Amino acid sequence: MSAPAKPSRWALWLPVVLFVGFIALVAVGLWRPASRDVHSAMIGKELPRFDLPPAVPERPGLARGDMLGGKPRLLNIFASWCIPCAAEAQQLEQLRQLGVEVDGVAIRDKQDDLAVFLARNGNPYARIGADPVSKIQFDIGSSGVPESFVVDARGVIRYQHIGVIAPDQVPMILARLKEAEQ
Amino acid sequence: MRRAAIALLLAAAALPAAAQDKLPPAPYAYTQLEDPAQEARAKALMETLRCLQCQGQSIADSDAPIAGDMRSQVRLKIKAGEDPEAIRAWLVQSYGDYVSYAPRLTDATWPLFAAPLVLLGLAIVLLRRRFGGKGA
Repeated sequence: MSAPAKPSRWALWLPVVLFVGFIALVAVGLWRPASRDVHSAMIGKELPRFDLPPAVPERPGLARGDMLGGKPRLLNIFASWCIPCAAEAQQLEQLRQLGVEVDGVAIRDKQDDLAVFLARNGNPYARIGADPVSKIQFDIGSSGVPESFVVDARGVIRYQHIGVIAPDQVPMILARLKEAEQ
Repeated sequence: MRRAAIALLLAAAALPAAAQDKLPPAPYAYTQLEDPAQEARAKALMETLRCLQCQGQSIADSDAPIAGDMRSQVRLKIKAGEDPEAIRAWLVQSYGDYVSYAPRLTDATWPLFAAPLVLLGLAIVLLRRRFGGKGA
């Protein structure tokens, strides 16, 4: 066996460089964890067909056909048992007063609970469909409540908002609705 | 031993109380399909679908309400005679590849499949150089 060739300077430093790179990767993952949001893959695609019965007597149910024509609408996925949804109600009411049609789908909800929720937090919805088995969520790529989708007049999903629409996000939602007019 | 068993029972009893909503689970969330062959197909599929709420788990493993609802949809579709891969495709269409644990060969994933082959080829070349030369 001949004596092993002397490793080059580059090869000597390689393990250190790899190690520092690994530490940097771990540090980035620790200090800036990746978002756990699951984004819908249905943006830019047609709203799937659905036909949900009314969730409360005072509002009609919601079907795909109800969301077509006219101006872009906001489809809000919510539930009375969802605590952040109560915090979002005011922003939805604000949007309604600005002329936006907000259509709701109540996920896994009971009519009595929903009535209490709407009495307490207000009812900004033009229609509320009841989905006791979360089926619409699997069709449109929603993974939690609340979530809101901007749907244009042709029934194409244009934008997904994950989580509560915060007070300072109302102008952004309005801009998305405006964008969906084209 | 007995204490452990009691603790386990208590823990099991506490699970439904942790659920966020008061609605009973969807029809096939915790009920197997009547046909064992169909149930086996549903089970195999459910083990490779991600729970969207507790993201490290499959929907077969998770007690989250949304996972129960997804199991029910999967079982209903299997019962209606749908192909498991068609059901997977339906969910991938909604959520993207993230929802599926079964890796697919795509533009983004091909290096994962190619890397072992490349490394194996490299190893063969290196070993040939070191040991193959002697015999010749």
